[in-house]
Parts: sequence; C-alpha cells; structure tokens
Amino acid sequence: MTDAPASSAIREAVSQRLAKRHRAEKRFRAYGVGAIALAVIFLAILLGSIGFQSLGAFTMNTLTLPVTINERQADPRGDGTEESLRRGNYNAIIQDGLRAQFPSVDDRAELRDLFGLYNGVNSASLMRKVVANPSLVGGTTDFTLPLSDDVDLYLKGITVSERFAGRQGALDVVVSDQTVRLESAEPAFADFLTVMRDELIRRADEAAANASRLESAAGAAATRDEREALLSQSRRQAALSVSLRERAEAQGDVVLGTDTPALFLQAEGGVIQVRSVSRDGRIAVGETLLPLQAEGPITAWTEWAVETPSNARRISDRRMVYARALEDRDMVRSGFNTILFTNADSRAPELAGVLGAMIGSILTMLVTMVLAVPIGVGTAIYLEEFAPKNRLTNFIEVNINNLAAVPSIVFGLLGLAIFINLFGLPRSAPLVGGMVLALMTLPTVIISSRAALRAVPPSIREAALGVGASRTQAVFHHVLPLAMPGILTGSIIGLAQALGETAPLLMIGMVAFIADPPTLGLSGFLEPSTVMPVQIYLWSGAAERAFEMRTAAAIITLLSLMIMFNAAAIYLRRRFERRW
Amino acid sequence: MADDTNTSANGRTVYHANRHAHPVKVAAAGVDVSYGDKQALHGVTLDIPDRAVTAFIGPSGCGKSTFLRCINRMNDTIETARVSGSITIDGEEVNDRGVDPVILRARVGMVFQKPNPFPKSIYDNVAYGPRIHGLSNSRDELDSIVENSLKKAGLWAEVSDRLHTPGTALSGGQQQRLVIARAIAVNPEVILMDEPCSALDPIATAKIEELIDELRENYCLIIVTHSMAQAARVSQMTAFFHLGHLVEYGPTEEIFTNPTDRRTQDYITGRFG
Repeated sequence: MTDAPASSAIREAVSQRLAKRHRAEKRFRAYGVGAIALAVIFLAILLGSIGFQSLGAFTMNTLTLPVTINERQADPRGDGTEESLRRGNYNAIIQDGLRAQFPSVDDRAELRDLFGLYNGVNSASLMRKVVANPSLVGGTTDFTLPLSDDVDLYLKGITVSERFAGRQGALDVVVSDQTVRLESAEPAFADFLTVMRDELIRRADEAAANASRLESAAGAAATRDEREALLSQSRRQAALSVSLRERAEAQGDVVLGTDTPALFLQAEGGVIQVRSVSRDGRIAVGETLLPLQAEGPITAWTEWAVETPSNARRISDRRMVYARALEDRDMVRSGFNTILFTNADSRAPELAGVLGAMIGSILTMLVTMVLAVPIGVGTAIYLEEFAPKNRLTNFIEVNINNLAAVPSIVFGLLGLAIFINLFGLPRSAPLVGGMVLALMTLPTVIISSRAALRAVPPSIREAALGVGASRTQAVFHHVLPLAMPGILTGSIIGLAQALGETAPLLMIGMVAFIADPPTLGLSGFLEPSTVMPVQIYLWSGAAERAFEMRTAAAIITLLSLMIMFNAAAIYLRRRFERRW
Repeated sequence: MADDTNTSANGRTVYHANRHAHPVKVAAAGVDVSYGDKQALHGVTLDIPDRAVTAFIGPSGCGKSTFLRCINRMNDTIETARVSGSITIDGEEVNDRGVDPVILRARVGMVFQKPNPFPKSIYDNVAYGPRIHGLSNSRDELDSIVENSLKKAGLWAEVSDRLHTPGTALSGGQQQRLVIARAIAVNPEVILMDEPCSALDPIATAKIEELIDELRENYCLIIVTHSMAQAARVSQMTAFFHLGHLVEYGPTEEIFTNPTDRRTQDYITGRFG
C-alpha cells in the first residue's frame, strides 16, 4: 500500500470540501424557506387588509318604514291603472312616512337632514312594489330601504367615534323659548368636560407637533418662497395650538361648536343637544332636537358624547339623532348586504352592486372561452402533431411566442380599430370584449397546449401507429386525452388571466358607468356592460368612503370567482386523470 | 451451398432463403436509409422467410432497427428520414405511394423495446386495433378476438379476471405480452420486434422467447436483439449488420458456428461490439 498516505490526503480534502458542500446546501434551503415565508407573509397581509377593508361593505343597515300609500300621491289620475300608478310621487310618500316618525320636525333644514337618511332613488323600488300589487294603495305597508351611505357607515361605527353612558341623578329641566336649561346639584357633566379638555389638549399637542415639523421642513426648503410658505403654515399651527390650549384651560362656560366634540342627552324618548356647559359641570344649556315625552325633572338619562367634531364628519348632528332614534325604535336592521349582489352600479354607494359587472364578466368569459380554447387547442395540435417543420412553421411559432409578450392594451387598440371601427360592432359589448380577450389569451393556450402535447411520450404515438391507427386517430384517441390535463390547466390559466384583465377593455369602452345589468342571454352579448376588474377600477376612483369598502368587497368577490374557477379546473383535471 | 449464393451489385455476398421449406415473405433489395445527411443503411438486400423467426444482430447504431422500421414504414414518422430501394411483402411493394401505411401496419405488427401499453384497460388495449379497423361486428366477436389474442400471447390465464384494470398496472413482462397480444389482435402477417426483451428480467425474457417460438407457427417474425444467446435460441435465420451494411445473412446455426465474414466472427465471439 504505497499510496496510502496519498489516499488519506485525498480523503481529507474531500471531507473538507464535503463540509462546504453541505453548508452550501443548507444555505440554499434556508433561502428557499425564507422566500416562501416572505411570500406567504405578504399574501396574508394583502388578503388580510383587503378582507378587513371589505367587512364594512358586506353588511348594510336597512330601514323598515311604515308608509301610507295614499291615493292622492300614488295614483294621481285615480283610475288605478299601471300608467297612473307609475306617475305617483313615491318619494313624497316615503318622506311622509319619515315625517310621521318625527312629528316635531318641521324646519326646512331639519327636514333636509331627515330626508337625507335615504336616497331618493329608492322611490322607484317603492313604485315597483305598488305597481306589482295595486291593492296596497290606500293602505299602510312596511317598506324596507337601505340607509344612505353616510348614515350606514355612522351606524357601523366606522366614521364617527362616540360613547354612550347611562346616568342616574336629578336634572331640572327648564324650557324657555328656544333653549333648554339643565341643572343639577352634582357636577353631572364633569365627565364630558374631561373628554372635551382631553380632546382639546390632544389637538393642541398635534398642532404644536405640526408646527415644529413644518418649521424644520422650512429650514430644509430649497427656495425662499417655499420656506416662507412653510414658515407661515408653521406659525398658523403654533397659534392654533396656543388657542386650543387656552380654550382647554379657560374659565367660564365651555361652549360646544362645530370644531369640538358634541354632547347629546337622551331622556324620556327625546334628545337635547348641549351647546354649553358651565365650568363646574352642573349647568348645561342646549336645544331640544327631539321633544321629551314628559315634563319636569328627569332622574335617568343617557349621556351621548360624540368625540368627532361635526366639521370632521359627513353626517350632521341632527341626522345622527334621527338615525339613532329610528334604531331605538327597532326600525333599523343590520344584515348581509344583498344589494351588493343584486344591483348593478349606482352613483349612490348604498345602492351600488357588482351584479352588472359579474354578468358582464360571465358573458365576456363565455365569448373568450368559446373562441380561445378550440382555436388555441386546434392550433397547438396541428403545429405539434401534423405541421411539417419548415421555415414557415418556425416563423409562425416564433410569432406566437412573441404575441404572448405583447402588452394587453395593444390588443385593446386592435379591438377598437378592427372590431369596432372596421366591423362596426357595438362599443362596450361583451362580444367585443370577449373577442379582444380571446386574442390576448390565444398565445397562452397555444403554448401551454403544445407543451402538454409534447410531454406525451412518443411511445404512445408509436404504439398507436404500430397497430395501424392513422395519425389523426393516434392524436385524438391517445395523445390528446393524455395531454388533456395539461391543456386544461393552460386554458384555465389563460382564462383566469383574461378574467382579471382591465387595460384592453378600457380601450373598447367597457369602462362606462352601466346602471342596468346586461341580460344574461343572447341579447346580452351586444348590450353595454362592464366587467369585474373594470368595476373595481371605477370604484377605486370614487371619493366616498363607502365606495372604498365596496372596492375591497368587489376584489374579494373577484378573487372568490377566480378560486371557484380554478377549483372547477382542478376538479375537471382530476376527473380526466382518473379516466385514463 | 454455393449455388444459393450470388454476389450483389456492391460486391457483397447475399444469401437467399429459397433453400428453406418456407416461402419468402419479406424481400428487401438495395434499401438505403438516410437521416438528413447521415446515411444509416447502405443497400441492404435480403429475403425473409415466412413462419420463421429472423434475428437481426449487430452493435448499436448498425442500422438493424432502422431496417426493421422500414418494413412497416414507421420511418415515415421521422421527418428527416429518406428511404429508397424496394421492400416487398408477398411481392407487394411497401414503399409505393399507393400503399396506405395504415393498412400496411395492420398487416405488419410491431412490438417496441419498452412495453408501451395504452394507459387504458387491458381489454381496451387489445380491442383498440380491431375497433379502428372494424374487424368485429358485435361485442361478442370483439370479446372473442380479445380472448384469442391474449391466449396466443400467453397472458389470458393471468389477466382473464381483471380485463378492465389498467394495462399499465401489469408487470413489465406482462405488459410486453399485452403489447404482443395487441399486435396479434389485428391479425397481422408479419410481426416486428425491436429488442422486445431488453427491458425485462430473465424470467420474463424466457416467457417472451417461448411465446416467440410458439408464434412462429403462424407468423413471420423479425426480431432485433442485442443478445447473441437470444438470437441463437429463438431464430432460424440471422442477419448481422455492421455500420449500416448487411454483413452476413444465413441460417442461424451457420452464422454462429461457421461465419464467413471476419467481422461476424469477431462480433459473435465478443471481440467487438
């Protein structure tokens, strides 16, 4: 064994290298796990935030209002015909129903606040109800309508922060002309004063922080104008801070205004809004918003403090009071937001739904599927199994691959130029949208189908040819069934991509505001419509908070649709695999 | 023997099978095959007797499989392949434009190196050929074709109770016999086997060899093999190919005991290849 020392040296070198190799492997695995963990975390954050956002849109508050369908308003001609019923003033009927709930309300401003609880468009739904059942005329019926978005969001506790506290004690109520004076032996309003003071000081601190931030930003400003603008802003914030602090520490009565928290008192079925409170917390002066049912001193009341000042919320004081009063009378119900799935788009957020977009998406996807899948799979079969390999087929192949990389908006432009301008097909129609998306999807379907066909072992083709099958028989009896799972997967991926596509559809006018869902039938293919991703895009640009939530809800709906789509695909694929 | 041999155009010695009891089934004359620029076969001329097993032996890449695939025109499926020369079966030219490869392949069955049953049931595997060629008019007829084919392939006893289980679930040897049954089912005259045992264990190989010996009664069998022992065991005629040329062709005993060409001798004694 003359080479023993040499071989042990080799072994040592190998073992050293081996340790390095193991380390490299461990490192690589750690990278992989890290990448997956990161992806999962981001996905969870994304879905979590969208899901959280959408929660507010999946429930809604509806008002069930007893309305009297009087003949004068509902049936202006008095003959009970449909034509006459369709001329009725149903909004007035709803308004009368609301007024009946609040007999004390007669001021114009008050009425405006009251009628703002709902959107006038709802009168159409009452009209349909009456036209469908004319016997309602002359009687009283319960009519359920969604509350307007501001009220809805307020009742959900999303836009306004407030607190209710039950109180016991003795309050003297002195009513004089417009004002109400509440007096107590104890400091009954001390708690609210603390809330008020804390709020003022918090805002003073905030303004002071703003002022110093602006000042330091001014120091770093590039131009003189910019610096001076920032400095003046900073000075304004500092002055605001000082004034807020002064108000918090001031002696004398505390006056409640549009920039301070608001205080309401609920007692004996009525509501008093407090305008000022004495510093010792024993005397409050305010006005009656809803009349108290009993006179004289009150012993139990609810202190209702709204921390969000009225200039920082969209809902007025009075509308809040009306909404809460209706809620206390058990006329407001919170339930699943069916409107989201039974209505098409609307200018009023509480009446906006995704039904129109969903039907549009279904029709568009049908066209895409019918065009892209047979053409794509057929092309793949011909190119892979039958076409001679020459320059022409090579050229075609390269161009199919290139088409897969073309930005989708280019297909939209093509659709606009060819289908709409040249062929004269209608704009915004699912037919055109489906054709454009089919063009976009074709390369994906062809490429994945070809890959699936290529993956079928050649021995199967040889076996079929060997027993005397023609080439077509070999392909359709043996190769295609084996490639089917792969073809299905590719087609589904292509269609799912098309389902989520927005850009090309913008070009052919599917971005329009469509308040009526298209017919779910043959004629629907030519009716103007929009699709889910475009609806999301449209809503995401709307200013209302409620639309923001509906955007998230629509995203969740679209994601669920896609998951259903993919689940169906996986189920189909499993079935095909089991058969073979 | 000298009167049976003559010299072909390119000076090679060519043996004819006419001194055997069996008539000539497949006759090849001057077959050239090239894949693109590369010529794989050079002027192969030989006659293959009916109801006998003819073995093609030779080192890898010598063209024996290529020649085999010419007989049922499987080379048509390879785009770059060019075949010239004449191959006749019962005097009918195979390479004629008028000959439909589909009909030809029904006459000339083929068994491949790796068992390739369709991913379908055993029954459907065997019934596929008869179905596409319309060989049966009724369900019962098809059943009996399947049963007979499986019996001839010696597989019936093993699978008769599970005809509707997937053919791919059988063992390698059973799969290969299933493939043979599938080839038999369309009632071919010639069966080509391209190294049918190379993927099998010795026991399965023995079974296939036994089967080949039985099939000899009714069919013209042509088998490509790498195993000299197998060629010696199963074949009556042997052809030795080398570098695209047919070097020697004759009765198996003669090739193995008294080869005329030096290359044949070197190959069968294991000096190369």
